[in-house]
Amino acid sequence: MKAEARSLSFYYGDFRALNKLDLAVHEHRVTALIGPSGCGKSTFLRCFNRMHDLYPGNRYEGEIRLHPDNTNLLAPTVDPIEVRMRLSMVFQKANPFPKSIFENVAYGLRVRGERSRRALEDKVEAALRSAALWEEVKDRLEDLAFNLSGGQQQRLCIARALATDPELLLFDEPTSALDPIATASIEELITELKARVTILIVTHNMQQAARVSDYTAYMYLGELIEFGRTDELFIRPRHKQTEDYITGRFG
Amino acid sequence: MGVTSEHISKQFEADLDTTRTRVLQMGGLVEAQILAAIDAYATGSAELVEQVIESDRRVNGYEVAIDSACNHIVVKRQPAASDLRLIMAISKIVTDLERMGDEAEKIARMARSIHEGGAGLAQRFPGIRHAAQIAVRMLRQALDAFARQDAALAADVVKEDRALDDEFRSVLRQLITFMMEDPRTISPALDIVWVAKAIERIGDHAKNLAEQVIYIVMGTDVRHTSFADIEREVGKG
Repeated sequence: MKAEARSLSFYYGDFRALNKLDLAVHEHRVTALIGPSGCGKSTFLRCFNRMHDLYPGNRYEGEIRLHPDNTNLLAPTVDPIEVRMRLSMVFQKANPFPKSIFENVAYGLRVRGERSRRALEDKVEAALRSAALWEEVKDRLEDLAFNLSGGQQQRLCIARALATDPELLLFDEPTSALDPIATASIEELITELKARVTILIVTHNMQQAARVSDYTAYMYLGELIEFGRTDELFIRPRHKQTEDYITGRFG
Repeated sequence: MGVTSEHISKQFEADLDTTRTRVLQMGGLVEAQILAAIDAYATGSAELVEQVIESDRRVNGYEVAIDSACNHIVVKRQPAASDLRLIMAISKIVTDLERMGDEAEKIARMARSIHEGGAGLAQRFPGIRHAAQIAVRMLRQALDAFARQDAALAADVVKEDRALDDEFRSVLRQLITFMMEDPRTISPALDIVWVAKAIERIGDHAKNLAEQVIYIVMGTDVRHTSFADIEREVGKG
């Protein structure tokens, strides 16, 4: 097990968005979070890298433990910057920095204090290769990242996320703005990446969850309704709410 | 898990309904075919024999059409959970129904040959009629269980297959005695053995159908498991 939410609740001011979630994130596996809009899946994902800290009035209860050291990511004594060194997030829309392709990937490494040009070049290349982008950009590393296609920009963001060698990779609907071919290449990438990193992915696309994930969690109104092996859950869900959602029925 | 709510997509709902209805129509046709075949066996009516052979074409047509409908649903809707189980099971159920139709045709053809060889012998084996009644009842119950998504009723069908197997063995014993007493009857008696075997096979297919119903309703594959396990599984629901 790589990480574990224990009795996790989250409040936007007075509004309780998550209610006592317990969820195990298995190491080197892809865990998908599915559920209708507003069910709290993105909120849950953002708890992991403490993104909610940026706004006043937000409040966590319970804990998220990161293994093997059993660190509670939500503990007030834990610095969110340190948390974000260990896990990376890829968003719905590709959001490259207004910099060159090279600098986008090197950014996290520079923040970490990497100064050696040689080390930076090696790590940027490795990250771009891992994100299956190297062959397409190796001759234009100084080009502005915005000149890449949507799918390439998203893979660049994945390369940027990978450069700092995270333990956990968080994806928030990473393909919802992409065409089917770019989507397929991102999904293929996710499958390849799980050999070296644990992945948690929020998706609106149930077929995507069925394709890429090993475990699936179904959430509704801030609660975790069902969690299980993806193939089990999509063939024989245990809860009627899950069944209704994945078969497209009125709840 | 009872699924009562409807799909958001009305077209999907309609496609599933149509496919389900067609399976029941096909089942009804096969049931009528078996009854006609058994009547042909009892009476030797050449007309009934032709009727059974003729309706087999319609049964085959149903099989192809329903399978194609299943393919369309899979490609268009990517069904999950109970919908997926329903579609996968239907595609197996139609194969079983089609095979039952083939068995009915076999019975009809045997009936022709038995009666050509001189009537009278067929009437002396009431066990055949009894076995046929059990087989038809099993099919009817399995179709009812499918229509009502009733796993308990389906489990009854699985159980009944044993009674049918016993009946088959008893008919076989009678026929063997008969053949030993008078070797001249071996040829027509063997035809009757084939009829009995066809009926026994119909029961097997009805049992398969019932097992698919349990899979649709419970999500558990109960093929090749003991009846005690099936009862336990169905009892959970």
